Amino acid sequence: MSGHSTYQPQNKFLQWFEKRLPLGGLIHSSFVVYPVPRNLNYLWTFGGILAFMLGVQIITGIVLAMHYTPHVDLAFKSVEGIMRDVNFGWLLRYLHANGASMFFLAVYIHMFRGIYYGSYKEPREVLWILGVIIYLLMMATGFMGYVLVWGQMSFWAATVITNLFSAIPGVGDTIVTWLWGGYAVGNPTLNRFYSLHYLLPFVIAGVVVLHIWALHVAGQNNPTGIEPKSDKDTVRFTPEATVKDAFFLAVFCIVYAWFVFYIPNFLGHADNYIPANPAVTPAEIVPEWYYLPFYAILRSIPDKLMGVIALFASIIVLAFIPWLDTSRVRSARYRPLFKQFFWLWVIACIGLGWLGSKQPEGIYVIMSRIFTVYYFAFFLIVMPLLGIFEKTKPLPNSISESVLGAKV
Amino acid sequence: MGSSLGRMNKPPEERAKDVTTVSSAEHTRRDFLYIATGAVGAVGAAAVLVPLIAQMNPDASTIAAGAPIEVDLAPIADGQIIKVFWRSKPIFIFHRTKKEIEEAQKVNVATLPDPEPDSARVKQGHDQWLVVIGICTHLGCIPLAHQGEYGGWFCPCHGSVYDTSGRIRQGPAPRNLLLPPYKFVSDAKIQIG
Repeated sequence: MSGHSTYQPQNKFLQWFEKRLPLGGLIHSSFVVYPVPRNLNYLWTFGGILAFMLGVQIITGIVLAMHYTPHVDLAFKSVEGIMRDVNFGWLLRYLHANGASMFFLAVYIHMFRGIYYGSYKEPREVLWILGVIIYLLMMATGFMGYVLVWGQMSFWAATVITNLFSAIPGVGDTIVTWLWGGYAVGNPTLNRFYSLHYLLPFVIAGVVVLHIWALHVAGQNNPTGIEPKSDKDTVRFTPEATVKDAFFLAVFCIVYAWFVFYIPNFLGHADNYIPANPAVTPAEIVPEWYYLPFYAILRSIPDKLMGVIALFASIIVLAFIPWLDTSRVRSARYRPLFKQFFWLWVIACIGLGWLGSKQPEGIYVIMSRIFTVYYFAFFLIVMPLLGIFEKTKPLPNSISESVLGAKV
Repeated sequence: MGSSLGRMNKPPEERAKDVTTVSSAEHTRRDFLYIATGAVGAVGAAAVLVPLIAQMNPDASTIAAGAPIEVDLAPIADGQIIKVFWRSKPIFIFHRTKKEIEEAQKVNVATLPDPEPDSARVKQGHDQWLVVIGICTHLGCIPLAHQGEYGGWFCPCHGSVYDTSGRIRQGPAPRNLLLPPYKFVSDAKIQIG
């Protein structure tokens, strides 16, 4: 579905270059004349926002790496040095730390959008799975970046998360020692996390290229979930989509800037301003907000191995939904029952996030168990069965008909 | 093989047929060379993985720093729990009171999640000394001493409760607090490691 490239540069040099490497034509066909459905709403601007956030994280991260020291005795100190001594260090660090939160906020909206409108369905399965891989890489990168600060929360997050692997029967402890490079989280761990935290964003960038490539092969989904049938159903990527993306990116950046400039530590945990102390575990340890739902799933199960399996399964299951969802209708707009189950699932996700920040006792445990059961039931029971039992609403004949009314 | 020149003159479909017949009908020296080359390449690639993976295991200095340590028990008061570090792991040394020893001994072992009698967790004749690795067997936090309803430890991370023998009584931890290798050098001194 790449657009018809009619790219004919006027400039003599560009003509010479285009003959040897048709880069201009690629950009022109992919980002200028590329046809996008005319009915995309603002939820479709989050792909562009995510690309922007990846860029922000890489640029601020490279700059922070120039001032950071990955050593157990100096890491925390160097971060404080960035905050107090480095010119604009406070700004760069707050942009990076809050940037991670905004990145995850955007990816969650992007994923909810994909599930609501059935963007994972044929022919976009590979596109969706590449997205799940990007999300997993983001989680690993975000976790390792948080450890680099080497505060109390950093240290104990590293301990708890690496210990998840100790649940593997037989070889668990060997694997954990290998991950640590020692008998506990220590300097070798910090060093390798630093190395990988620098590497993974570029791996993400590589998978993003594949993600966009797959998107441009299948074409974008849209709120109706039906494919464009004629030129009337689409508009050009530039200027229509570009301007819409740019506008909403600006709106998004206002929120981002509000966090950075007014409440830069709101999403962090105060204990991470205490240097890492391997002898004392903080009274309550919680992960960053974007991992809380998974943390709640882990804690809702009283058995160690099963808890760890449930935690990983809750993410891996996403890769299978193109086949778990048996309905041929993509968009929840025409699926009255799916729509209700979907919103219940969103409530379960947010509920789990809230419960992940609470102490695991009493009513909180019971609620996390109920939400965990529903989280999995949505994928494993609701999705397969609805395709069989749900009576869907009639689909419009075309995208333009849904936008302009049946007469056109 | 000598017909290769002649083959060039045939139309492409026929040429393709020739190639298929040759490779599937008999095993040639070339087949052997392909497989041998591939096998050596695979072994080479696997061999390269060995140092790449092994470099992440504890290095020589880390292992050397994990040598045995001696701990003097004399200053530890009745009922006191001290924390020492061996191989970067906290080791709890618990000078148990008579009451705490009795509590640990009278438990019905069969009812425990990880059944172990108290006698298996201390050295014979040194009932008052409990030496355990102070790492919760759930996800590696350090439990808080003298907390929880069994008089032993309570882990603040996910709520595991240990008794005065360091055995798991409640919560998600699957195992009792592990015992480090140690021995009594004298009545008032132990060597850990």
